[in-house]
Amino acid sequence: LEGMRSAVAGAVTMEKPTEYKDATGYNNFYEFGTDKADPARNAHTLKTRPWTVEVEGLVHKPRRFDIDELLKLSPQEERIYRLRCVEGWSMVIPWVGYSLAELIRRVQPQGSAKYVEFVTLADKAVMPGVGSRILDWPYTEGLRLDEAMHPLTLLAFGMYGELLPNQNGAPVRIVVPWKYGFKSAKSIVKIRFTEKEPATAWNKAARNEYGFYSNVNPDVDHPRWSQATERRIGEDGLFAKKRKTLLFNGYEAQVGQLYAGMDLRKNY
Amino acid sequence: MARVLLHPAAKPLLHVLCLLPLAWLVYAAALDRLGANPAEALIRSLGDWTLRLLCLTLAVTPLRLALGLPALARFRRMLGVYTFGYAALHLLCYAGFDMGLDWGEIARDVVKRPFILVGMCGFVLLLLLAATSFNRAIRWLGARRWQQLHRSVYLIAGLAILHFFWMRAGKNDFAEVALYAAILAALLLARLLRYLRGRFKVRSLSL
Repeated sequence: LEGMRSAVAGAVTMEKPTEYKDATGYNNFYEFGTDKADPARNAHTLKTRPWTVEVEGLVHKPRRFDIDELLKLSPQEERIYRLRCVEGWSMVIPWVGYSLAELIRRVQPQGSAKYVEFVTLADKAVMPGVGSRILDWPYTEGLRLDEAMHPLTLLAFGMYGELLPNQNGAPVRIVVPWKYGFKSAKSIVKIRFTEKEPATAWNKAARNEYGFYSNVNPDVDHPRWSQATERRIGEDGLFAKKRKTLLFNGYEAQVGQLYAGMDLRKNY
Repeated sequence: MARVLLHPAAKPLLHVLCLLPLAWLVYAAALDRLGANPAEALIRSLGDWTLRLLCLTLAVTPLRLALGLPALARFRRMLGVYTFGYAALHLLCYAGFDMGLDWGEIARDVVKRPFILVGMCGFVLLLLLAATSFNRAIRWLGARRWQQLHRSVYLIAGLAILHFFWMRAGKNDFAEVALYAAILAALLLARLLRYLRGRFKVRSLSL
């Protein structure tokens, strides 16, 4: 899957991309198991064709998109984003996709729509992790509408110049580079526009640990660990020094205004 | 069986077995075979082996009694000291690879994360037991006091499980924790039953 170079501000970091084998072999995708190596081992069972994404809720033009239709909806761009996991590690990944805003504009949200909810696949037959009680399946995530409309919020179909590997959320996922990784829902089957803040999977599992916003923020610690530093995967191996985590994962210039006047400690 | 256990090669063999996981980890680390996050893999693996060795150490006495193999007793101290060794490496790797040997940062982390604090408490106790594991320490302390001190291994087991449980709590993932907890609980229960039976016998004798 080829993507042209993105013209969106901040969309192409100059940092060295993480090695493909690390980005596709060290994943959190609990539907396929809790170990970081489980998704790469188990996700081959996922069938990504046929695939449809239902867009519903408070929009003027609700409809169901076929994955091939979505792929052609807008020109594909390459975006090289930093990815920061809430667990304290990070990667740099060249994604292929286009701004989620392109899709949102086509379905025309109603004035009352304030949030966007992403519902992901939960198919026990192909996802061994869905039998566990770790999370309330299906995995759901959500964004405020203005966050979802931000040009950096990516609807991704590929990475490293190819279609998304199953373990990375094929065939379609979102990528929100200034939030912790779990905010970026994988293998999306439904996008719903709502007036009320949607319940999100990790927030339901542990309300005081994973907030709705979950913006990367070195000054707001996770209740049980510090978020001040991170380990860049693949960087100089065992003896690499951790690097300092940046506010909004380094995308403050682009997204800071979304949170003007908000108490980021309260809205963690 | 007793002949095998008393064989002169039995102890050296056990040394080799206990050192194998460490040898594998050093080899894998040197050849960059620990996966995408080698520091985490190393720290967690050393933690896993500490727990496994702790289970083995605590299994020696119940097995010795159940199988009627007094010769098993000669391996208990050795397994205990290896448990301490893996725990010490686990802690050192955390301090070195995770915290960059920044003592201020480590102190803050101990206060910030209860599971780190619990692990540290367990390690301090384990250090006491390892420091008093040689024969002369038994003489210095007196057998009774020595045994009382070394009973804290049960507390260490509890702290180790709590440490592991809290580490996994953020991810709601308790399957492995439950497995180790069940093994340790069974070993503790075996001792408790024996103790109660012993008391019962003593009482019936005195009647």
